[in-house]
Amino acid sequence: MKTKPKPSTQYADFMSRAYTMELEATERYTQFAEQLETHNNREVASLFRKLAEIEKLHAKRILEEMQWPSVPALAPAYAWEGAEGPETAPFDSLHYLMQPWHALEIALHCEREAQKYYAGIAASRAPKPVRDAAREMAAEEAEHVRLIKAWMTRVPKPEAGWDEDPDPPGVR
Amino acid sequence: MNAPMPAAALQAKDFKSDYKPVWCPGCGDYSVLSAITKALAMLELKPENVAVVSGIGCSSRIPAYTSCYGFHGVHGRALPAATGLKVARPELTVLVASGDGDGYSIGGNHFLHACRRNVDLTYIVMDNHVYGMTKGQPSPTTEPDWRSKLAPGGTGVREFHPLVIALASGANFVARAFSGDPNGCAALIAEAVRHPGFSFLEVLSPCVTFRPDQRGWKELVHPAPVAPTDDPARAARRIMTDDGFNIGVLYKGNRRVYAPPAAKGGTVADLEKAFQL
Repeated sequence: MKTKPKPSTQYADFMSRAYTMELEATERYTQFAEQLETHNNREVASLFRKLAEIEKLHAKRILEEMQWPSVPALAPAYAWEGAEGPETAPFDSLHYLMQPWHALEIALHCEREAQKYYAGIAASRAPKPVRDAAREMAAEEAEHVRLIKAWMTRVPKPEAGWDEDPDPPGVR
Repeated sequence: MNAPMPAAALQAKDFKSDYKPVWCPGCGDYSVLSAITKALAMLELKPENVAVVSGIGCSSRIPAYTSCYGFHGVHGRALPAATGLKVARPELTVLVASGDGDGYSIGGNHFLHACRRNVDLTYIVMDNHVYGMTKGQPSPTTEPDWRSKLAPGGTGVREFHPLVIALASGANFVARAFSGDPNGCAALIAEAVRHPGFSFLEVLSPCVTFRPDQRGWKELVHPAPVAPTDDPARAARRIMTDDGFNIGVLYKGNRRVYAPPAAKGGTVADLEKAFQL
């Protein structure tokens, strides 16, 4: 195995945050998949499962990079700038009639937020190893933004009235 | 090698059951469930040492979604059941889950007396200002001018103020959380469980189906700008004058916890005999 210089404590902290960010994103996409499976919107549910898998892979890569134990506990919650990690989809972004395009729109928002987060650290006065890692991750997130945009061109954009339900739950 | 992250005894997922929630997609209660399981993991509890008791309503489905012991009781009656359980089995951590309809309307009387008794329970009320399960009728916390087909022109009735009622009735811990911040909510649940006596946690939990306007809550919530106080008068003033979106611990008291001496053990046959006419 290639020997790497011992990362600084700040670097470990940064990677721990990055790992938590990926785990929180995984958890939220999994929740979304479960919610839509229950409501029989299987197409979008499977898309969220796919997104959860992708985020999980990112988390796994961080573990490998840091040589942390394979199944660590979820790191304690960090004080993010918002209520949740930058890559976590807002909990209330679902609609039971939503279409794949909507799910990708959510993912696009999350990837952009993650990119912004890393770019901010890369441009900060953080220690060099942290800035370097952040720059690399910002570039990765930019690539994800590009991939999701390309993905969005392959699914139909919802037509007006996509959320019309002839038997809606609400009495308006 | 870098320092590994500390391994917890159990993880949040270990407190989830195999039943999948049937709430509407985007409902705030999903995050409350997530916060409860995170809190139990943070507290390093074991599912078999925790009981989750509920009444009726969307929020009250929570016991089934955890791997802890659970009791899905009758409407508004979660607190008496939980009180009996805690008094009989003081070694258990007992959480009570409710909503604004179940907890403040039909269960309103039990709420007052549970606060007054100060048994060591954690009462989590998911407040969305509406009866969601029965299609959107106004609840005790609905704003008087909120209009719907079921309440044309609004109720015109002043809303119930659960936090100040809890404080005035003797709750030993009063806090407000927001379901859109599951990590913060988990920390508050853990703190409520740790605090002795009756801990009341009001969780603002939007109903995306009947109150889509509540999606805007995430822009309104903010951390309480002051540290918790143990002075009920000061806490009452704060709670009565805040905007309803202050998040955090608002009161931490030190009242004596009601914990009667454990009853003498016995068999089921002994119990049956005691109830014989």
